[in-house]
Amino acid sequence: MMPLLDIKNLELSFNSYKGLTQVLHGIDLNIKKGERVALVGESGSGKSVTARLVLGLLQEARNAKASGEVLFDGSDVNQMKNKDRAGLRGTDISMIFQDPTSSLNPSFTIETQFHDVLKRRTPDLTKEMSFERACALLDDVAIPDPKRVLKSYNFQMSGGMNQRIMIAMALANKPKLLLADEPGTALDVTVQSQTLQLMRDLVSENDTAVLLISHNLGVVREFADRLYVIYRGRIVEEGPTALIFNNPQHAYTKALLSAIPRITGGGLPQIAEQTDDYLAPKITHGAI
Amino acid sequence: MSFFEIQNLSKTFKTKHGDVNAVQDVSFSVEQGECLAVVGESGSGKSTIANMILGILAPTSGAISMKGSKLPQKRSKEHRRAIQFVQQNPLSALNPKRTIGASVRLGLDTYHMGEPQERWSQVEKALSDVGLDAELRSRSPSGLSGGQRQRVSIARALACEPELLVLDEPTSALDVLVQARVLQLLNALRIEKNLTYIFITHDLAVVRNVADRVAVFKAGQLVELDTTENIFTNPGTQYTRELINAVPVIDEDEIMLKNKLVANL
Repeated sequence: MMPLLDIKNLELSFNSYKGLTQVLHGIDLNIKKGERVALVGESGSGKSVTARLVLGLLQEARNAKASGEVLFDGSDVNQMKNKDRAGLRGTDISMIFQDPTSSLNPSFTIETQFHDVLKRRTPDLTKEMSFERACALLDDVAIPDPKRVLKSYNFQMSGGMNQRIMIAMALANKPKLLLADEPGTALDVTVQSQTLQLMRDLVSENDTAVLLISHNLGVVREFADRLYVIYRGRIVEEGPTALIFNNPQHAYTKALLSAIPRITGGGLPQIAEQTDDYLAPKITHGAI
Repeated sequence: MSFFEIQNLSKTFKTKHGDVNAVQDVSFSVEQGECLAVVGESGSGKSTIANMILGILAPTSGAISMKGSKLPQKRSKEHRRAIQFVQQNPLSALNPKRTIGASVRLGLDTYHMGEPQERWSQVEKALSDVGLDAELRSRSPSGLSGGQRQRVSIARALACEPELLVLDEPTSALDVLVQARVLQLLNALRIEKNLTYIFITHDLAVVRNVADRVAVFKAGQLVELDTTENIFTNPGTQYTRELINAVPVIDEDEIMLKNKLVANL
């Protein structure tokens, strides 16, 4: 079966006053329909730009230069017209950002923003119909009193509430692919674990594929079926989540796993700033 | 007598929807050289307590004392120097228009530390203490990575030779590898300089590895205060169990620990 998203040899450079800086050095990544895949790496490793390329946002930026293929449902996002790319966003591909409160517009009520989102799929939707639909969607993400929430603004709600609203919005049009960029980082632990649980239930109900971007390996372990580890714009290790966690092969993955503080204690290891081992070639686990 | 003590501290905010009791009758003490972790969900009053310790907010009632003497609400320069603060977001904590050298030097000038002509070398020493190259002195914060910036705010706090350091989520904006390095550094500095830390965080896995004792807060109240070992192996309250159980884990050992806690729920 053809994967839903197939990224082949994706490269990206940014043009700055210092000259061309290459940030992605040939990435290969694929996601099947309904699969939950995680992309893990430190800040600056190229996780978020990869998501923005899939969404077709960076292809439109004048200082970015992308090459390679981003095949979504068989068509290459890199080669599409801007109009076609815009048509994908919010319908077949949607995204959840790290900071939920600043992702929602403070000038409009949640109701208006839901209406805008739902109209992308069904342009002739009336306000009354979208209100009904939004109520049902907020109910799915366990928001108490959805009618009151729809009349509110983002700044009147907690971070956890806003993130659940974002999840509801992102899944409103039943996208084929959801990009989740650090969805729990801005939330505290208890809210984070509830949010992720909720997101997992909803995507498996709708058979939505997810690309989860995170540096929190604990979250990844509980959420993803398959895992890509990215370091400095290169994929260094990929495979089923359980295999990588039980038996990490690449030096960088090992360092990343050892850096996580454990609730069983044992202190923290001394970690090298950077070694040549981190740039060793990619290791692939199991048959994909 | 403890090194640092908080007695019956309360803070009430008046809003148009009525009074909000952000902190209610909290008492605890910290010994010199100790690391006390303050944990709880968002809105549990952790940062309000930090602000009161620093003298930014006036307590509604209660007292804060250090080395036996009560700290007044209007702090003297000496008090301000002795209690330093490291914030969560290093980018907004540093003035973008100042070089990092100037940021670190500001405290030295304010508190008249050493001779003026020696202060640049003190700045360089402070930077090298946190593992930064002294040449970075002339850079602005935008020219540094997140981990480097957090080190600068630690260097800035430590340059004033404080006795107590209040750390408000110092590593939650950093990724795991950088977090591990910054936590290592904080631990080493504490031992080297016999510093006392009040470490505010919601990440219990971090707490487990850096703190001597843990104070658990819920809705402005201190619900549990015990040694780190006891908190994690035998938590006294339901709320603490829930907090520990919410931490995403990766090891078999950790899963076993969580299962044990759930079994005792």
